[in-house]
Amino acid sequence: MRHRSTIVAVCSLSLILLLVIVLNLMLGEQFATPMQVIQAASGQGSPELQLIIQTLRAPRLIVAILVGAALAVSGAILQGVIRNPLAAPDVVGITGGASVGAVAFITYLPTVSIHFLPLAAIMGAALSAVLIYTLAWKNGVRPLRLVLVGVGISSLLSAITSFMLVFSPAYSASSSYIWLTGTVYGSSWLHVWILLPWLIVCTIAIALMLRPMDLQLLADDTAIGVGSRVQTNRLLLVAISVGLAGSAVSVGGVIGFVGLLAPHAARSMVGPVYSRLIPVSALFGGIVVALADLVGRTLFPPFDVPVGVFTSGIGAPFFIYLLYRSRKV
Amino acid sequence: MGSTANKWIGLILGVLLLAASMLISIRFGFTVIGWNEIKAALWNYDEASMEQVVVRTARLPRTLIAASIGASLAVAGAIMQAVTRNPLASPSVLGINAGASFAIVLAITFLGISDINILLWMSLAGSGITAVIVYILGSIGREGLSPLRIILAGCALIALFSSGTQGLLVLNQSGLQDVIFWLTGSIASRDLDTLIPVFPYLCFGWIAAFLLAGQLNILVLGENTAKNLGQKVVYIQLAAGVVVVLLAGGSVAIAGPIGLVGIIVPYLSKYLAGRDHRWMLPYCAIIGAILLLLADVAARLIILPEEVPVGIMTAAIGAPFFIYLARKELRRE
Repeated sequence: MRHRSTIVAVCSLSLILLLVIVLNLMLGEQFATPMQVIQAASGQGSPELQLIIQTLRAPRLIVAILVGAALAVSGAILQGVIRNPLAAPDVVGITGGASVGAVAFITYLPTVSIHFLPLAAIMGAALSAVLIYTLAWKNGVRPLRLVLVGVGISSLLSAITSFMLVFSPAYSASSSYIWLTGTVYGSSWLHVWILLPWLIVCTIAIALMLRPMDLQLLADDTAIGVGSRVQTNRLLLVAISVGLAGSAVSVGGVIGFVGLLAPHAARSMVGPVYSRLIPVSALFGGIVVALADLVGRTLFPPFDVPVGVFTSGIGAPFFIYLLYRSRKV
Repeated sequence: MGSTANKWIGLILGVLLLAASMLISIRFGFTVIGWNEIKAALWNYDEASMEQVVVRTARLPRTLIAASIGASLAVAGAIMQAVTRNPLASPSVLGINAGASFAIVLAITFLGISDINILLWMSLAGSGITAVIVYILGSIGREGLSPLRIILAGCALIALFSSGTQGLLVLNQSGLQDVIFWLTGSIASRDLDTLIPVFPYLCFGWIAAFLLAGQLNILVLGENTAKNLGQKVVYIQLAAGVVVVLLAGGSVAIAGPIGLVGIIVPYLSKYLAGRDHRWMLPYCAIIGAILLLLADVAARLIILPEEVPVGIMTAAIGAPFFIYLARKELRRE
């Protein structure tokens, strides 16, 4: 039965994603019919439309989907490892660290190739993850302490980010949107190429880790009994999660609550087994960010509302709902 | 410190320190101003002197604003901690500041309001509504107001309001640069006209807070105990809520959300003055004022000739402290 529900979920989500993709390419200041979209994508039709679709809409859409998927999978892994429904890369401060890393890289290392930007963000994310984990450690890590320490670290990190933004020579309002709210505005193919290698590495790592991941769901004793090196695997999984969140932030900034929302939705569809949960989470995350970007782009023309505004607008009430449901906090 | 005499001495020392910090705040900055000039500016104002003009139009307003806001936020934090019985509660952590900011940005960007009187009311409304929501969310559980749940509810509300604020700013980009500086919490380039309309509300808040102090002492014993001692718990909580809204909402209307003052100061005050709110709240007011004054001086001097928003300074000091308290609090449970 489970498997069937996975197939149903994957198929229906793929269809929705396809629909969102088509809509994203069609809609905007310049409307294009589906036929025109196909023509423009294959290099025919009016040059203007080709430009719009090939260099503006397509890369932005791809970045949105990749960023959404990365954040969602990062959240799915984290929730499993920490065993806490409230865990998400943004809630526990990992994305905050990533944006400090990314902003510091842009501000202080302007000469280094932009392709290392994700590396800086990942390092920032990893540092803050280590910091949070260490500070939350006291005979093991209790989920609640982790969340509270994350809250504290997050406010510190966002202070550092705004400090660097206010005084960076490249300061502009739009750059502060990226790093404080999260947006995929102005994404180009360059951003796709920056993001892609890191995501491929993480995907391969996930594929190798699928079995140990599911063992994480068991109680520690049981997992050790089955022969799993629980602590090592846990560390590796957190590393993958940090890598995904860091690369996503380096391109799209802190897009809030996707990492919380998507895994929950996915789990309610296909259950907690990772080999099913992760693809469904990824699809869901991609859809959410692409859809939110579509709405933000088209709802109030000529304004481009950052994706993060919408994802937080949906995600924060959901977080409250989770809080309400887990009454025994 | 045990005896009443010691507490009086501490209070007087505090007032002296406060006066000293105010003088420091008037004297130091991009230009350092001589003591004689300061004296002249205060009692013998001469518009021809550049330095005296700086004192009158920039330093003095700023000093008074920093002192009032520091005191207000600290007292608001102390009251919230008493009501929620949670040392991590403060106007910034529970989203009260974020709610007030959202209301103000809404007023500025969409309703085109720039009159401080109306902004004040928007700010009070925003913080009031947030306070009600966070209280309800925090007390949904079985055993009444849950200290930890209310923090998480605060986090969610902060995320919600700040995304709303960002959205409003995108849709109306004209004043974006100013508002972003304001949103990190800043008391630079505010004149006395911003403070004067708000000041009566802050004063009322302080007085009401000191009048409530005795009742807060009973409330911290727990709702049931307080009820058994004959306290009308709901009324006291309501009154405390109104005071918090006045103090926090008023502060945000002047300076934007300045974070985490309301956590450190009550903790220090409790250490110095003990748990009796009748002593602790005055200590809070004085220490809060001193802290924000010094943070603001540091914000001016740290990277001359630029200026750091003071909200960043308080976050940098306050966040490590928040973490320390979070660890300590959970250990106790």
